[in-house]
Amino acid sequence: MTTLPDRPADARKLGLVIDLDVCVGCHACVVNCKEWNTGSDYGAALSDQDPYGPDVSGAWLNRVHSFEVIPEGGEIVGEAGEARIVHFPKSCLHCDDAPCVTVCPTGASYKRAEDGIVLVDEQKCIGCGLCAWACPYGAREMDLAAGVMKKCTLCIDRIYNETFEEADRVPACVRTCPANARHFGDLNDPASAVAVMVAERGGIDLMPEQGTRPVNKYLPPRPRKPLAAAAAEPDTGGATGFFAWLDGVLDRF
Amino acid sequence: MHPAASIIVFTTFSGLGYGLAAILGLGLVDPSSVAVKAAYVASLGLIGLGLLSSTLHLGNPQRAWRALSQWRSSWLSREGVMAFATFVPLLWSGFAAVVEGRIAFVAGALGALLAAVTVYCTAMIYASLRSVEAWHTRLTPLCYLLFAAAGGALAAAFAAVAAGQPARPLLVLALALLVAAWTAKAFWRRRLARPGQGSTPETATGLGAIGRVRLFERPHSTENYLTREMGFRVARKHAAKLARLALLLGGIAPALALLAALAAGGGALAAALLGLALLSHVLGMLTERWLFFAEARHAVMNYYGG
Amino acid sequence: MSEPYVALSEPVADEVRQTTCYMCACRCGINVHLTDGKIRYIEGNRAHPVNKGVLCAKGSAGIMQHYAPARLSTPLLRTGPRGSGEFRPISWDEALGLATDWLGEVRRKDPKRLAFFTGRDQSQSLTGFWAQQYGTPNYAAHGGFCSVNMAAAGIMTIGGAFWEFGAPDWERTKLFVLFGVAEDHDSNPLKMGIARLKARGARFVSVNPVRTGYSAVADNWIGIRPGTDGLLILSLVHELLRTRRIDVDYLVRYSNAPWLVVDAPGTPGHGLFARDAEGRPLIAERAGGRIVPAGQPGATPALAGRVALDDGRAARPSFQLLAERYLDPAYAPERVAAETGIAADTIRGLAAEIGRVAFEEAIAIEQEWTDMAGERHQRFVGRPVSFHAMRGISAHSNGFQTARALHLLQVLIGAVDCPGGFRFEPPYPKPVEAHPTPHGKAEHFGSNKPLSGPHLGFPRGPEDLLIDAEGRPNRIDKAFSWDAPLAVHGAMHMVIANAHAGDPYPVDLLFLYMANLAWNSSMNTAGTIAMLEDKDPETGQYRIPRIIYADAYQSEMVAYADLVLPDTTYLERHDCISLLDRPISEPDAVQDAIRWPVVEPDRDVRAFQSVLIDLGSRLRLNGFVDHHGHALYKDYADYIVRHERRPGIGPLAGFRGTDGTRTGRGAINPRQLERYVENGSFFSAHIPLEAQFFKHANRAYQDFAVRMGFFDEPRPVTFQLYQEILQKFRLSAAGLTEPAAPEEHRERILASFDPLPFWYRPLEEAAVDASEFPLHAITQRPAAMYHSWGSMNAWLRQIHTSNALYVPAAVCDRVGLADGDWAWVISHHGRIKVEVARTEAVNPDTVWTWNAIGKRSGTWALAPGVPEARRGFLLNHLISELLPRRAAGRRWSNSDPVTGQAAWYDLRVRIEKAEPGAPSEPQFKTVEEPPPHRPRAVELSYGQEFKR
Repeated sequence: MTTLPDRPADARKLGLVIDLDVCVGCHACVVNCKEWNTGSDYGAALSDQDPYGPDVSGAWLNRVHSFEVIPEGGEIVGEAGEARIVHFPKSCLHCDDAPCVTVCPTGASYKRAEDGIVLVDEQKCIGCGLCAWACPYGAREMDLAAGVMKKCTLCIDRIYNETFEEADRVPACVRTCPANARHFGDLNDPASAVAVMVAERGGIDLMPEQGTRPVNKYLPPRPRKPLAAAAAEPDTGGATGFFAWLDGVLDRF
Repeated sequence: MHPAASIIVFTTFSGLGYGLAAILGLGLVDPSSVAVKAAYVASLGLIGLGLLSSTLHLGNPQRAWRALSQWRSSWLSREGVMAFATFVPLLWSGFAAVVEGRIAFVAGALGALLAAVTVYCTAMIYASLRSVEAWHTRLTPLCYLLFAAAGGALAAAFAAVAAGQPARPLLVLALALLVAAWTAKAFWRRRLARPGQGSTPETATGLGAIGRVRLFERPHSTENYLTREMGFRVARKHAAKLARLALLLGGIAPALALLAALAAGGGALAAALLGLALLSHVLGMLTERWLFFAEARHAVMNYYGG
Repeated sequence: MSEPYVALSEPVADEVRQTTCYMCACRCGINVHLTDGKIRYIEGNRAHPVNKGVLCAKGSAGIMQHYAPARLSTPLLRTGPRGSGEFRPISWDEALGLATDWLGEVRRKDPKRLAFFTGRDQSQSLTGFWAQQYGTPNYAAHGGFCSVNMAAAGIMTIGGAFWEFGAPDWERTKLFVLFGVAEDHDSNPLKMGIARLKARGARFVSVNPVRTGYSAVADNWIGIRPGTDGLLILSLVHELLRTRRIDVDYLVRYSNAPWLVVDAPGTPGHGLFARDAEGRPLIAERAGGRIVPAGQPGATPALAGRVALDDGRAARPSFQLLAERYLDPAYAPERVAAETGIAADTIRGLAAEIGRVAFEEAIAIEQEWTDMAGERHQRFVGRPVSFHAMRGISAHSNGFQTARALHLLQVLIGAVDCPGGFRFEPPYPKPVEAHPTPHGKAEHFGSNKPLSGPHLGFPRGPEDLLIDAEGRPNRIDKAFSWDAPLAVHGAMHMVIANAHAGDPYPVDLLFLYMANLAWNSSMNTAGTIAMLEDKDPETGQYRIPRIIYADAYQSEMVAYADLVLPDTTYLERHDCISLLDRPISEPDAVQDAIRWPVVEPDRDVRAFQSVLIDLGSRLRLNGFVDHHGHALYKDYADYIVRHERRPGIGPLAGFRGTDGTRTGRGAINPRQLERYVENGSFFSAHIPLEAQFFKHANRAYQDFAVRMGFFDEPRPVTFQLYQEILQKFRLSAAGLTEPAAPEEHRERILASFDPLPFWYRPLEEAAVDASEFPLHAITQRPAAMYHSWGSMNAWLRQIHTSNALYVPAAVCDRVGLADGDWAWVISHHGRIKVEVARTEAVNPDTVWTWNAIGKRSGTWALAPGVPEARRGFLLNHLISELLPRRAAGRRWSNSDPVTGQAAWYDLRVRIEKAEPGAPSEPQFKTVEEPPPHRPRAVELSYGQEFKR
């Protein structure tokens, strides 16, 4: 079970595409994910410890980090020398070569043959935490109340849910994102909207050197064109010239 | 990585236990004396203590039996399977030694082999993780194996000297293993000190093409499971001090004691000295293991500014 | 081995109920899924016009807000000293009895000694009506410390402002310029809009000292120095005039550019519009120089030149004054670069881009329409440049003129209510003349008498000020006095200070709703707390003798109340998002909405609006009781349905008429709320395409507005680039007209009431030594918190458990600060100790932090010493409600001199390294938690109960 399934080359790879060009870091996806998954039928609730005290913390399946990027040494695509903030949502990337799956001693962690979603069967999870160690992305968090490992399920209880309207059969984070920064689909279908997006915008893998072959892709911020480059027209005289021009315009009415 | 006491105790004591069991299993000590019988019992006790300790950090220990199922892919599962498998010959040879006062060589040798495999599996749990660059090297299982063997040889030598048996080859073996272990560890540490070849905030975010990347704000203000588990940081100066302490307690002091015992050629004083050396070695190994975790940086910290 | 079974098709919950969110002021539609009466899940309502299905972090955390232990659960009567938090629970009978006694006594004696102020509520149409019937002049909501500059400047210039008055044409705009909005009004629509325009390849420029939130995704970020936006905008105006990128036809048709301004210095008419006997403004015709009333069909108005009026006085078109002013080289990009901190090239580039997009990328919608002069047009021509701004430019002491400048810029390029530009949302545009004047002069009220009109309105000149014969303020907050003549939203932030000082008079009863004035909603928080605690040594009475406070949660203010009326949560009550109040219309549709109790309260709490109605009938106020003295309304729901402001016009515009088919105007429909609930708790009526643009001058729209009941007659708007009302105040200040401004006010009014937008240095900056306080300190709204409303929420508080001060890298290096160090931040008013974080994505002269994360220990049902209290902090402690004293003069309020808008973002500071480690300073005594006391949860596993 813990071994990765043999999947045909054209098997579906469901995943997310995250657009860093429009994510404003509002945490909508973070909280809606928590809200959906804490009460959904899949697995234990996402608990919070010391919820009203000094050491508050909890299990979350999706978190938004923010980074300051200082254009030094890299290829400068914004205004030269200006630091920028990039908001960076992160959840399970449903890797093709998921190290979290193969390290699991109990078979609780598995990758679905059908669509590539990586799940934890909480009935089997002993809460050893090794899968969280194996994941370089920090996509797995132990639920301290239930003692089992939690992770993004790609809202498997939504995306195939026949009691939902078609439009709602997407992960909660995608449905709620106000900035349309999150997209869901089959990354292995070159005709899918997500695959097209990745191809057009140069979608990237996180930490390719880890050899995990993540399914989720990130769209980098679009190149920026400085305002100073916009050419201004030459001066056409002071106030006097202006009123003469104005006269000419009014004459045409 | 967070240096969890349960895991440090587990790897230190089970390593020592397996090392001792292996040396005893190879029949290098005569099991007729009480001290050696005690060593057999101790080896099994240490292994048991270590394994018990390893279940302490589980969220659902009642399901721990499931961990035996995934030996095809999981080093942790293999370790569990091997730990159980190793018990069979070790109990057999232990029974022969303690109850019958004889060496069951086949069982002992098989036990020694399986003990080595078990320690190797333990080490490979860490060494297989690409996400922790410091661990992801063949040097990790080498260190684990050599430390287990050195500790085992030292403990066996202590038992032998305490039993009044001639123990020169054992003392020499322990000394050689200690030197080998710490040499391997020195290479391991040298690798650790090298600038990272692995993941950076730039590769973690894919934003390196724009510029230098640093964390601006964590996703949540307070610590979470990931930062508690993987965000442990130890100051470099502090770590260097501890590394020297580990070498002193775990390597130099026992080595000096072994040399002294060799020079003395046995006796109560040598036995006492070796006892202290073993204690010192254990303390040194606990320090070494603490550092093994504390100094290892997990790739996820690229997302947390660590 | 096969994969485990996964249940893929379980329904969400037993039932879904649709209502309106209230986790911020955005008012998105939500689907509340319930299982066994408990909230299982809250998501955005796809059919809702505001959020179209999306929902932000706050909205998604509604569960934790609704079930927060910080909810008040019973009426409370204070037993310990103020601020201790010692209360005893009392019954509603006792609470309402006490409130009625206290309110009744004041009303009989002197109704102005009640000050009734409400915070971020959305029921101002009711609360204002109640206060009017009670008869106190002292009522306002929180606009005075929020964005009154924006609202006042917008109404007075174009007949509407941003957010609730209008929005960018997201589908068509090609250049969007956002001034100073971090993450708020209008939160979800802005995010959706920015994403949509970026997807189309439109350019998004953000002008903001801090590059987080929306600024982080801007195509261009202009890290302006705080308080200089007005100068930047006027430099853009300079560039647009210089390069002839203005829409002359639009100006002639829709603005007062051709109106003649009298040029007679030293006389009472100077600077006012020349008018005919009927009061109509006059223009000069280009051909022949005839002087005729504005708006005559066929007239060809001149925009420049000097003419003689019939009475012999000289006059010039206002546009000439305008053009001469902004063509002045003082506004050239090079000249403003140093002050604004923006490179001249960037300013010139932005102006060029605005001009290019407006005129070279103009768009057209082929749809015939008729303007108010009767002229038929073949199409709507759009200049696809749009702007948006809120507190960032508003909360400065020069914010009114800055907001005016921004509207001026929009009009100059012809980008107001056109395709691709900024577009009005009904019932706006609404000219000043369609607004009431303020009421609250002594003759407007008396013992047991209602106020003769609404409190808040637009003075047309000094004659409408609420002052007595000596020129002293009538209102406790000094709104509509010489201190703040155009304080059209009141000045709530001054109430406690003024009431404590007895200036202009003391009050007997302070009645507050949902306004955390003992903490993040006050300047000088520690001083405000001291004022609330201060007693008159002679009587032993508190200086502010009685305080009634209504809130749903245990905020910092609760401990200062004598009587606490516990409110419900937003999921437990009726509410009405009304066109009479703060509408949620879209440019293409008239909209309003409701909330209704989707869950029943499990505590002894009552919806404040229903309590207010109950108090109204207990006090036998007009409008709340019939002539027999019987209550007119059972509760707020009943009021929403049956109250009529004018015949046929009630709080809700939808489903009117006995059969529910009428919109806008119509008889009372007893089933109206049911119809709203069936429709997802909102109502939307589309504006015909012919009426969707140029609403200010579109005949079809004006007719639509009359049909809807916004107005009883068409109310077209002529954009007031030159604002005559402001000039009237200057004439008073010059002593040329009556009432003349008192001597001490004259300099300030002459300096700030310029009828053409201009820029001046923010008052605090001008008053302090720049070398002593070299940095600006501002706050930004975090996306996951709305003011103080998030710390009681177990999920949201994890995102912002404490705040640090973000300090520019160069300042860090200069002062020797690194991440995690602690520093003293010092203003002319005080100092605070805070944790420091380094940043480079900020204006180099600006330090900043997240807004309202710091909390007082013991409040919000959090454990004492939580990070919010121990590490978190407020900048409020550094901000004085008064400006530094100038030589021998009086201390003016720290506000915009025109509107009284609180100047939160004018703060100037310096920073020094402090001894390491928490706590932040100042720290306050831990407040005791009000009864009933319950053990604090050590762990939550919310949702475990729903597992099947």
